[in-house]
Amino acid sequence: MISLGFVDILMGLMMAGVAIVNVRDRSNPRWAYNAAFWALYAVTFLVGPRIPSIANGIIVIAMVLIAATGKLGGAPAESTTPAEREASAARWGNKLFVPALTIPAVTVLGTFTLGHIHVGGTVLVDPKQVTLISLGLATVVALIVGMIMLRPPLSAPITEARRLMDAVSWAAVLPQMLAALGTMFAIAGVGPIVAGLLERWIPLNTPFAAVATYTVGMALFTTIMGNAFAAFPVMTAGIGLPLVVQHFGGNVVVMASVGMLSGYCGTLMTPMAANFNIVPVALLELPDENAVIKVQVPTGVILLAANTAIMYFFVFR
Amino acid sequence: MLPLIGILIVIVGFALKLNPLAVVAAAAIATGLAAGHHLAEVVAAFGKAFVDSRSVAVVWLALPVIGLLERAGLKERARTVISRIRVATTGRLLLAYLALRQITAALGLTALGGHPQMVRPLIAPMAEAAAESRLGAITQRVRYRIRANAAAVDNIGVFFGEDIFIAIGSILLIRAFLDGSGIHVEATQLALWSIPTAVCAFIIHATRLMLLDKQLAAENEAE
Repeated sequence: MISLGFVDILMGLMMAGVAIVNVRDRSNPRWAYNAAFWALYAVTFLVGPRIPSIANGIIVIAMVLIAATGKLGGAPAESTTPAEREASAARWGNKLFVPALTIPAVTVLGTFTLGHIHVGGTVLVDPKQVTLISLGLATVVALIVGMIMLRPPLSAPITEARRLMDAVSWAAVLPQMLAALGTMFAIAGVGPIVAGLLERWIPLNTPFAAVATYTVGMALFTTIMGNAFAAFPVMTAGIGLPLVVQHFGGNVVVMASVGMLSGYCGTLMTPMAANFNIVPVALLELPDENAVIKVQVPTGVILLAANTAIMYFFVFR
Repeated sequence: MLPLIGILIVIVGFALKLNPLAVVAAAAIATGLAAGHHLAEVVAAFGKAFVDSRSVAVVWLALPVIGLLERAGLKERARTVISRIRVATTGRLLLAYLALRQITAALGLTALGGHPQMVRPLIAPMAEAAAESRLGAITQRVRYRIRANAAAVDNIGVFFGEDIFIAIGSILLIRAFLDGSGIHVEATQLALWSIPTAVCAFIIHATRLMLLDKQLAAENEAE
């Protein structure tokens, strides 16, 4: 049976490869920091599930300390010149989209079929993890399609992965870290405490009040932090799970999905989300720093109301 | 009360613009300590929580192939496709880009758009040119307003398209978070329930874009 271990190996090999490319290409003065960071991350995939948890904890803290030095990043420039890329784009045309679209196509196909295929009496793929395994397979298939089509040097995929990973840098690990924070909140019982506090101030005795507090809370907390991913563990542990789901019997999938998207409404309205709202102001040479936010606020507010309605009408079906 | 120290650390840390990775790790460890566990227990619990959440990172597996395609001119090709859009007005051009951005993001191709790659070199100039050909000379204020709208369309398109793709960071974060609370949900179900919001986002913003042309004309006239 193909299990999640297959995806772990792919992830571990890729992160190890990114570390190795950093070691071999020392043109970036930050190569040692990058290499150490990605090598430690590779370890959490390759052996993390089999070593004591305390060892994993120490590895993660080491990664965080490296990131906190502020010396990660410094991705190399593109490996081909703009003229080469224009020529290649003109040569391949829309066929260039084929390997990229292979990923969603194979992922969706695999998700709906692989869990039902039996080989010698056992299922081929762990049905609980079929989406992730399908995605892992899809990236491999897409890479093979791309390599056959474009015939680049064999080292191209990993050097390109390094270019992109070092551009994203530590931020690539942030969503996983936030999920871990959510687990720590659950262990420490943060949810019931927040819910208890809120109930003292806001009458959360109706399903609608609980839903609206959660969606508006997600948006507000996101505007404060500039990041819906960071707001999600806090608000969901505090209101979404204990009140909307457990107290009023709401559907957990609808709560979580629409809750996250309510946070995105907050992202539209905050200068804290600098990448989306402030960087383009500079790029487009606009005199008003809040020009993009001002355009987005009406859509953000109306959509937040729509999200609240969507959740209210569907979460208790 | 004490376990709420983690929330406080997150708020203050983000407000002070400290490294978010360090802020979140500090919040996680402080939360565990405040709940009365020993340091070694907390570090172990944090390490386990991190490794158990590793599925969130699977999205990065697409980077080797995306990088390979970028090397071969993927973004240049996307720009060519966009530049062939032929519509008469600023509002309709931005509407077409909103639809394209949402659809490609829903297919996991979030890297095809973006402000530096697509909006500044292409969408903003095309939107300004559309206004100029319809209104004649446009004022600087109208020009700025068009550019801000071009940037906003990119954001709205990607935010409310990407969650329909099952292997995007937010969907996997939700899944891992709920796993950590002992609830198993399917990524496909989470993605499915992103569709109503995606449709609403498109309708709301498309309506505003349809009204934009008239507003720009009136604003240009007034000055």
